[in-house]
Amino acid sequence: MRVRFWGTRGSIPVALTSVDIRDKLALALLEASGRRFDSYEEAHDFATSELDFSLTHTFGGHTPCVEIETGSEEYFVCDLGSGARPFGVHVLAKQARRPATVNVFMSHVHWDHIMGFPFFGPAYVPNTKIRIHGCHDVLEQAFRLQQAAPCFPVDFSQLAANIEFVKLEPDKPYVVAGLTVIPHLQLHSGDSYGFRFEHEGKSVVYSTDSEHKLENRAEAEGFAAFFKEADVVIFDAMYALAEAISVKADWGHSSNIVGVELCQMARAKHLVLFHHEPANDDATLESLLKEARRFEELTRSDHALKVSASYDGLEIEV
Amino acid sequence: MTVTPRRYANAVVLSVAGRLDQDTCDDFRVELMKHVEQTARDGGAIVLDLEGLEYVSSAGLRCFMLASRQAKTQHGRIVVASLQSMVAEIFEISHFNLVFQVFPAVREALAATSADALAAFEKK
Repeated sequence: MRVRFWGTRGSIPVALTSVDIRDKLALALLEASGRRFDSYEEAHDFATSELDFSLTHTFGGHTPCVEIETGSEEYFVCDLGSGARPFGVHVLAKQARRPATVNVFMSHVHWDHIMGFPFFGPAYVPNTKIRIHGCHDVLEQAFRLQQAAPCFPVDFSQLAANIEFVKLEPDKPYVVAGLTVIPHLQLHSGDSYGFRFEHEGKSVVYSTDSEHKLENRAEAEGFAAFFKEADVVIFDAMYALAEAISVKADWGHSSNIVGVELCQMARAKHLVLFHHEPANDDATLESLLKEARRFEELTRSDHALKVSASYDGLEIEV
Repeated sequence: MTVTPRRYANAVVLSVAGRLDQDTCDDFRVELMKHVEQTARDGGAIVLDLEGLEYVSSAGLRCFMLASRQAKTQHGRIVVASLQSMVAEIFEISHFNLVFQVFPAVREALAATSADALAAFEKK
């Protein structure tokens, strides 16, 4: 399996500003003071190997949209946040005019998770099949509502693709085009669902918009079972722990620290921090990643957990 | 996990030892809340002496947060002191150092919270 991140930001899309770019350039130049580069390649190597990630990259960007590639002709994607727009461009380019079949798995229908669909190119292509899976009764209603006048010029009924809504039940395994998927209820306003995907002995968990009440052992054990020995866990790490359990308690999100703890309990292999807070700049997100890695080191027993932070464009081979 | 209380005038120093995690946080919370109510009635503060605390998980940190919130609603106050290096680092990693006042030792914590408590501490 391969996981491809098209949108990793929570709540609302975020773009780098001119000020952000100038700041990154100025800091990079400072880091390079006294150095001489005789070619683009030398400068590129320096930027790649010596500069902080937050200077040479941006976490982005688009709201949640994560593709899972299995080698099947069909596409699999979690959520249709604004990252669905570039994902749609990718699908159209890859299909080269052949109609696609896209299997969507919706964590929930809050706006940041559906806002990309009106801009999802394949929805406008006749004979494309789009199957939108989810556990919410309001799934179809939400998709139709966001494209209803006066909010959007193209009504849902005008879309050319063949769009089907498929209701799933929590904690029940389904096989969709060869990919096994198990939904799991999560704590979030209006409920959200995580998905565990399994294919050819590998497993990926997509668990976003999920708050964890730390004193509830049964809840923690339930998630540890859901994450059990997963190769990759994509985890809602919107806040630092102090924020998540103080001013932002009951906002329906979690933290980098709780992600480490649950993955350690589950003996998962790779934690990927996801659903980044829009107020956090790249340097802050890099700090949160470093803090999560240090916490993992401090609390490690006999099981090492890899910790990464997702960014738009990241690909993980599972 | 053990909690040992010592009273200095209107302040209580709670010495916490062992590991504070999901297995022990319920007992800790019950013990802590008893003192929160008492010290709030006395207009005093609680100093958590964490010299003997080997480890604190997110569940343990949440106990600190809930107790602090409860204390504030009753015009009380909770501060922490004498953190071991690992616990101090966990406070920083989790950003708890931004929401709790952290003191290097119990004496400094008492000095910052109550002159009467400091005087009582110095006498003993």
